[in-house]
Amino acid sequence: MRESRESILRRLRANRPQAAAAPPVYRHSTGWNRERRIGEFTERMQAVRGEVHRLGRGQWVDWINREMPTRGLHRALVGSSAIGRRFAAGAAKEIELNRYDRTIESWKAQLFHDIDFGITGSLAGLAESGSLVLWPDAEEPRLLSLVPPLHIVLLEAERLFENFAQLIDVQRWTDGMPTNALLISGPSKTADIEQTLAYGIHGPKALITLILE
Amino acid sequence: MPKPASVYYFGTCLVDLLYPKAGLAGMQLIRREGIEVIYPDGQTCCGQPAFNAGYRDEALGVARSLLTCFPRDIPLVVPSGSCGGMIRQHWPELFAGQPEESRVRALAGRTYELTEFLVDVLRISLNDLGEPMKVAIHTSCSARREMGVADRIESLIAQLDKVEVVTQERREECCGFGGSFAVKQADLSGAMVRDKTDALHATGAARVISQDCGCLMNIGGALEKQESSLETQHIAEFLLERSS
Amino acid sequence: MNQTAAFHRRIDEALRNDQLRQNFRSALSGIQSRREAQFPDDAQLQALREQSRQVRANALIKQPELLEQLEEKLLANGIRVHWAETPEQANATIHGLLKAAHARLVVKGKSMVSEETGLNHYLEQRGIEVVESDLGEFIIQLAGEAPSHIVAPAIHKNRREVAELLHKHYPEIPYTEDIDQLTQSARQILREKFAQADAGISGVNFMVAETGTLCLVENEGNGRLSTTTPRLHIAITGIEKVVEKLSDVPPLLEILTKSATGQAITTYFNMISRPRQPDELDGPEAVHLVLLDNGRSRIRVDEELLDTLRCIRCGSCINYCPVYVQLGGHAYGTVYPGPIGIALEPQRIGLDQVGSLTSACTLCGACGQVCPVEIPLPRLINRLRAEAVDARRTTSSLIGRGSLRKPNEAGLWKLWRLLYSHPRLYRLFSFAATRLRRLTPRRLGGWTDYRSAPMPARQSLRELAREEGFPHA
Repeated sequence: MRESRESILRRLRANRPQAAAAPPVYRHSTGWNRERRIGEFTERMQAVRGEVHRLGRGQWVDWINREMPTRGLHRALVGSSAIGRRFAAGAAKEIELNRYDRTIESWKAQLFHDIDFGITGSLAGLAESGSLVLWPDAEEPRLLSLVPPLHIVLLEAERLFENFAQLIDVQRWTDGMPTNALLISGPSKTADIEQTLAYGIHGPKALITLILE
Repeated sequence: MPKPASVYYFGTCLVDLLYPKAGLAGMQLIRREGIEVIYPDGQTCCGQPAFNAGYRDEALGVARSLLTCFPRDIPLVVPSGSCGGMIRQHWPELFAGQPEESRVRALAGRTYELTEFLVDVLRISLNDLGEPMKVAIHTSCSARREMGVADRIESLIAQLDKVEVVTQERREECCGFGGSFAVKQADLSGAMVRDKTDALHATGAARVISQDCGCLMNIGGALEKQESSLETQHIAEFLLERSS
Repeated sequence: MNQTAAFHRRIDEALRNDQLRQNFRSALSGIQSRREAQFPDDAQLQALREQSRQVRANALIKQPELLEQLEEKLLANGIRVHWAETPEQANATIHGLLKAAHARLVVKGKSMVSEETGLNHYLEQRGIEVVESDLGEFIIQLAGEAPSHIVAPAIHKNRREVAELLHKHYPEIPYTEDIDQLTQSARQILREKFAQADAGISGVNFMVAETGTLCLVENEGNGRLSTTTPRLHIAITGIEKVVEKLSDVPPLLEILTKSATGQAITTYFNMISRPRQPDELDGPEAVHLVLLDNGRSRIRVDEELLDTLRCIRCGSCINYCPVYVQLGGHAYGTVYPGPIGIALEPQRIGLDQVGSLTSACTLCGACGQVCPVEIPLPRLINRLRAEAVDARRTTSSLIGRGSLRKPNEAGLWKLWRLLYSHPRLYRLFSFAATRLRRLTPRRLGGWTDYRSAPMPARQSLRELAREEGFPHA
């Protein structure tokens, strides 16, 4: 291994192609105001079958309590984050509350089979591509947004940025990356059979964004 | 650039032997605009067949011979996108490091594909004298992508008010000629030209017009083999025939 | 030299398979129009291409330093890095890691580099079950085939073929040709595998040296599942995938998804910088990166051929290739098909290993025009043709230079040069050809299988020009 490393690097160092100027930083601003960003985000998310609702900051628990049972979905999964605690405190009695509070190995089968929807927050949204940005952590683990068939994401309206380049820049991501950072732009999909779009192949079959204002 | 008094004309090897009337029509169109068209006697080929087959020494030998035909600092007009593209884009590469390199670069800078010259330099204006007709345009890949002049043939034909242009499906797709490709990959080339002629037939056009005789030889040859009534014609002949 | 003969045999087969050609024609037309819808403004597209080209070119220039920086950052983040010069080394490394972890079942995300190394076969021979989890890869794994396209591996199959395949392997699932139902069946089958897998193997789209981050682009979520659910994650990729900065990623991501599938962005963009941390509840406890050279450092030696390494594997060149649409990917007989395959494979494995692969191109330029990082593919293919027939040409590090040179063909070109570089000789020839035009052969090899034979005119243009009074000097 060591030898391979050295010989690869030696070959690469032996030849230095003619230097070119470093590329300019990619930055393009749309200048969209908040309302426009919400509109663009919503339009793009809906175009890939993502559901978007605008709610008052204090309404989301009730919304989920009301909406999920009407869709036949009862088994909720939350993390130990503030969002998870808040939902746990306010969950209706029709909702079966599950907490993601132990390592995955101890309850993998249950996670894969016995959960209807997971609820997470988000670090940001991107208007130009219709994306949610998540930095999963101990309080909202990675599989919480991936394994349940429905993923509900809360997005603070003021955290809606223009695009990825702007986000990286403004939030200074280079100062330290998390274990896992994600851009999620719709429910899971595939076009591997006859280039025909089909939703819900491996990840969530549905994605609901609740924009909180 | 302003209209020059004289131009060189490189007829190309294919036109010289197989489509001389197309070549002559191009010369007549330019002369009609009051410009002297010089057809240097020693011209043969730009070297493209060998260049594209990988035989660069042979291509260079032939290109070098052709280069001597164009000593004066006047534009060079070529009634073919691929031969024009060869001189403009590939000669500088082929002659890199050779004593003629700077001359070649200068020549490349004043080389024009015919329709490009008619539109950009002569700003030719055409008066349609022909009967109403439906045509399809097949722009060669080299005119489109190597020389970037696909819209010139379209704008020339658009001046002919009795000509209706119909667009083939997948109009940017290669007809499958590709020089030695048509020989080395004959079946593949045959399948490609079949798709192209099918698309052209579907337009209902009476004639296919192109700025490249390579494509015309391929498409026209296939149509003839299929006993189709769809005709093919080089843009220069078409313009000369219909306009004054 | 039976690579050339074998290549022609595969071409024949492909051309005779009308169903296959129809599948490709309809799939590619769809991808083309979706891509074009993503780039309504040509000026913006060209600016993004130029930016992307510069990002990739810059990364290749600084490649050794960036790889060291990447390694250092990854190690600091807790990701182990393994270097492999050859496919065999990469496979052995991965097998070693799996064996040490007692892994019996591996779920895999899409990776063309693992196709280069033949990883699945290698692991299966050693008793490890490997399950491809990308739907397209899963389909062709069931069929026992290789990918026919680098982005859409099962593009050559229609729904009926997929339905039959699934039914054959999973007879308990009711037969259906409904794409949504087929997709749901695959979901059920593969979910069990994800839940049970001991390890996940994935490819990588970009590696960021500045932060030590592995980026994966996907729609299905199988990439995320493969890299999150099992205890062990092994990523494999080529050394050229490194970029310098995190700010290099947004333009590449944008142009990659728009070019590859005509999407503004894919469903998931997954950035991995660490294994599971002590307080975290999921994610792999160990993450390894296998960096494969396999000819890449050799390609980089040549200032012109180096451009090949800018490729971000979007498959656009393939989607627009008028030859690929006739043949599909398998006919090429290489890991990477289409224009990028014609340019890359002879460099990667040797001009003498690919038969007449470079001849399967009309140099129409469609590939170069759509390439998101402006790789001059036709120019590279032309260069490789030259290298294949002339070993003296350059001092490049290509393997198998001159291997396609045939004395009779070379002799013909010499004759051609003699004729066309001596105007008087040429005039004699053209006089004879026009005057004896009726003697032109009616059959000219394969040309006349599909077309009539061209016939010289009565007089050459040179003669007509003189008659019409055009000056000749």
